[in-house]
Amino acid sequence: MNYMDLSIEELHDLLKNNKVTSKDLIKESLIKSHELQDKCNAFALILDDAKETPITDNYLSGIPYGIKDNYSTKDIESTGSSNTLKGYVPFFDATVIEKLNDAGAVATNKTAMDEFGMGGTGTTANTGIIRNPWDLKRMCAGSSSGSAAAVAYGVYPYALGSDTGDSIRKPAAYCGIVGYKPTYGMISRYGLFPFASSLDHCGVLTRNVRDAAIVVNNIKGLDNKDMTTWDSSKIDLLSHINDDITNKKLCYIKEIVDINNYSNPSKELKSHLKNFMDKIELIKSKGITIDEVSVDKQLLDAVASVYVIISCAEATSNMSNLTGIIYGPRGEGSNIYEMMKDHRTKGFSPLIKRRFVIGSYVLQRENQERYFNNAKRVRRLIVNIWKDLFKKYDAVILPVGSGPAKYLDDSLNTLNESSTILEEHLQIGNFGGFPSITIPDGFIDDLPVGLNITSNTYEDEKLINIANYIENLMPYKNQIAKEKK
Amino acid sequence: MEELKLVIGLEMHCELKSNSKVFSPAKNSYSDIANTNVSPVDMAFPGTLPVLNKKCVYNAIKMASILNCTIADEMLFDRKNYYYPDLPKGYQITQCTKPVGINGYIDIPLNDTTFRVEISDIHLEEDSASLDHFSNMSTIDYNRAGVPLLECVTTPCLHSAEEAVAFLEYMRNIYQYTGISDADTKKGQIRCDVNVNLKNIEGKYVTPRVEMKNVNSFSNVYNAIKYEEERQKKAYLKDGGKELIQETRRYDEDTNTTIGMRHKEDAIDYKYFIEPNIPPYPITKELINSLKEEIPVLPLERKSDYINNYNLSSYDAEVLIKNKDVSDYFNECINLGIDSKLAANWVTVNILSELNKSNISIKEFYITPKLLKIIIDNIVNNTISSKQAKEIFNKSLLEKKSPLEFINNYKQISNKEELTNIIKNIISNNREQKELYLNGRSNLFDYFVGQVMKETKGKANPTITKEILLEELNK
Repeated sequence: MNYMDLSIEELHDLLKNNKVTSKDLIKESLIKSHELQDKCNAFALILDDAKETPITDNYLSGIPYGIKDNYSTKDIESTGSSNTLKGYVPFFDATVIEKLNDAGAVATNKTAMDEFGMGGTGTTANTGIIRNPWDLKRMCAGSSSGSAAAVAYGVYPYALGSDTGDSIRKPAAYCGIVGYKPTYGMISRYGLFPFASSLDHCGVLTRNVRDAAIVVNNIKGLDNKDMTTWDSSKIDLLSHINDDITNKKLCYIKEIVDINNYSNPSKELKSHLKNFMDKIELIKSKGITIDEVSVDKQLLDAVASVYVIISCAEATSNMSNLTGIIYGPRGEGSNIYEMMKDHRTKGFSPLIKRRFVIGSYVLQRENQERYFNNAKRVRRLIVNIWKDLFKKYDAVILPVGSGPAKYLDDSLNTLNESSTILEEHLQIGNFGGFPSITIPDGFIDDLPVGLNITSNTYEDEKLINIANYIENLMPYKNQIAKEKK
Repeated sequence: MEELKLVIGLEMHCELKSNSKVFSPAKNSYSDIANTNVSPVDMAFPGTLPVLNKKCVYNAIKMASILNCTIADEMLFDRKNYYYPDLPKGYQITQCTKPVGINGYIDIPLNDTTFRVEISDIHLEEDSASLDHFSNMSTIDYNRAGVPLLECVTTPCLHSAEEAVAFLEYMRNIYQYTGISDADTKKGQIRCDVNVNLKNIEGKYVTPRVEMKNVNSFSNVYNAIKYEEERQKKAYLKDGGKELIQETRRYDEDTNTTIGMRHKEDAIDYKYFIEPNIPPYPITKELINSLKEEIPVLPLERKSDYINNYNLSSYDAEVLIKNKDVSDYFNECINLGIDSKLAANWVTVNILSELNKSNISIKEFYITPKLLKIIIDNIVNNTISSKQAKEIFNKSLLEKKSPLEFINNYKQISNKEELTNIIKNIISNNREQKELYLNGRSNLFDYFVGQVMKETKGKANPTITKEILLEELNK
């Protein structure tokens, strides 16, 4: 029996009724961790000494899960998949980890990721390339690559992720699972290694929407260690999950979805968009309104630049604490500046260094107005467009990416510089702090693809409600990766 | 000789009093033991986040309103990015885009008048860790990392070292009066950056601006300005100041000179940007008004109160307000009903000199206003003389016992009958001296006074003794 293929609620029932023990689940999760490590290199660390916990009324008690390696875990090495933190063993837990510990959840591994969340390929972890369990020649996307691979493979029902541009929601699509980042500030970021503070979100990867709701119900909440958190105690993501949604109105954006926007579209792109439009028709056939709307193409084209400028600027500052003086391996040198330089030169991958250069450049006195301040202005303009859409619509629904997972060969050396808005629009969810969820919506050449639903801030209950409904219209719920030979 | 005008601008950093640090829960308290008041936030462990201390915000707003500033509509913070071993995050959280207060002013007392200092801005920020350098290593103490700092920046509106020090002293007074800071220079709680250059008579700058960073005492500020004024004057008069450059210099206490620093700090681009982890904290009119109500009577107001309502001299009033605790002590004396002039005299003369001798604060001083009142009351009702009062004061201080314990020993004999008896007795035992006195040896009068004092162990009331002696000797 593959218990780890089941949903959280199913597992909870089995545990409650003594059909299986927490110990059994942990054992299975660890076996699968090692299997997947051999195939896909998904983990920074496998916690072979994970201990069972008592089964309580909490859905998560006794059930294994995975932690992205950019969460601070007490007494467990936490590196953010970077050599700059090699050997760093925190003495405190991130707030999210504290909450999961309180819930009785059992971590069985730390998942590998693009270094400090920077990168969308899963190829920049200090432990090596992370492969997609559906096709080992392909990437998972990133940065929550290890978490996505592990949940898709059935290592456990859920894993923590973090999302600064699309780092939960894109790998979820490429791995055929659910990826959910709630409204900014709903989950505390205390203990999450920062990439770009104004865009960073904690979130979760699961195999169904209900599981995502259950996990976030457990990890959300006001935290006096994170000033950007807000009181969500009245929000219960399960309470409205089965509400009737036929009165809801959704929209998709013509400039993103219409195939005519793309010159020489690939076969994959055509199938992906057709699949998406088929699903739109399916949803509409249930009596739900979905309108096609149009937004300023110029602003959409600016999304990628705005993202690069703001995220790189914040990142270069956020990671200035990584000097190897207080933690991380000490650099060599005859003075402190040489030591810091040596630590950072050796520790960071070339991709991160490139982003630091960009970040530094756009913040320089003579460039700041032209780049950084303008990027912030355009960010606001784009967010305002979405806010306007949310006045009329309950959610925006869009396809994720331009097709299924890409080949690793095509991307070994880069940031994904594809300028197509299909690859970048998820970043708008981070610009506005909007709750945003990806669910699988089909297959192209036996590889999963996904769609994304995004709602207005603080409307997480409604978003989960809509996502759960749409998920149940399609046959991809709870799917486990089947390796393409 | 061309007339040159000294121009000084000050940046005064003052550590604020608070339970915890400005962005972390670690204790904000001066400690001799290194690295004891430290939280993961202060050392920038990965994933830690700043949490704004409201009390520090309130105190910053109070100070901004005391300085008559335009107060910002929200508390907004920026990051100042640079690498230095005393800065674990690699950036300092400060205020640049929107300081809590801008465009203010404050009137400063100096030589029986006041002058106005313009405040360009006041902002809240965090202190860095402290470094100690040894021959073969440096040590870092993170106790100071994250301690709240208020930085007050003046316009270049000061024109003498005396004015600069008067401003700093008065600011220290305000900090102490409001309880916003202990403002103790000995503990490094006040540090100043001093900008100095010269203008000609037409108001045109003729020498480049020199910044002296981290000058840590008021006397050093004074000396640094004096030295820099002379240095720039000399250079200017020599050849128009060709050798002068805009630079950062360090004041060297040992040589009483300023020394140019090798690297140009002005060249650093701090890449300021708004701190994303601290949402803007709204400053409402209601908040400002309620904070204004908490501002106590400030030193300059107390001074005029002392002069106008308690008949003190300007000098005494000035001495009393210099230190809030001393002024509080004096106020308590008045509240206890001690005559204001007597109280002022005792505090400014006897008590302050004792405090100087023993290097303690008036709060730790054994003779409280209540005990002082016992002494002064006994002078007023002629129980003891001023001289005896001073002796009682000293004994009480030395033995840490109430003056009451000593006063009985000193109580003057003012009873006429008793003194007459003693005096009659002495005269009858000194008939020869009486004869000589009556025959013109008038200085023998003092001899008789001495005898009375000897007999009464000095307790005879001298005035009454003299009256009776005159009468009895001439009988």
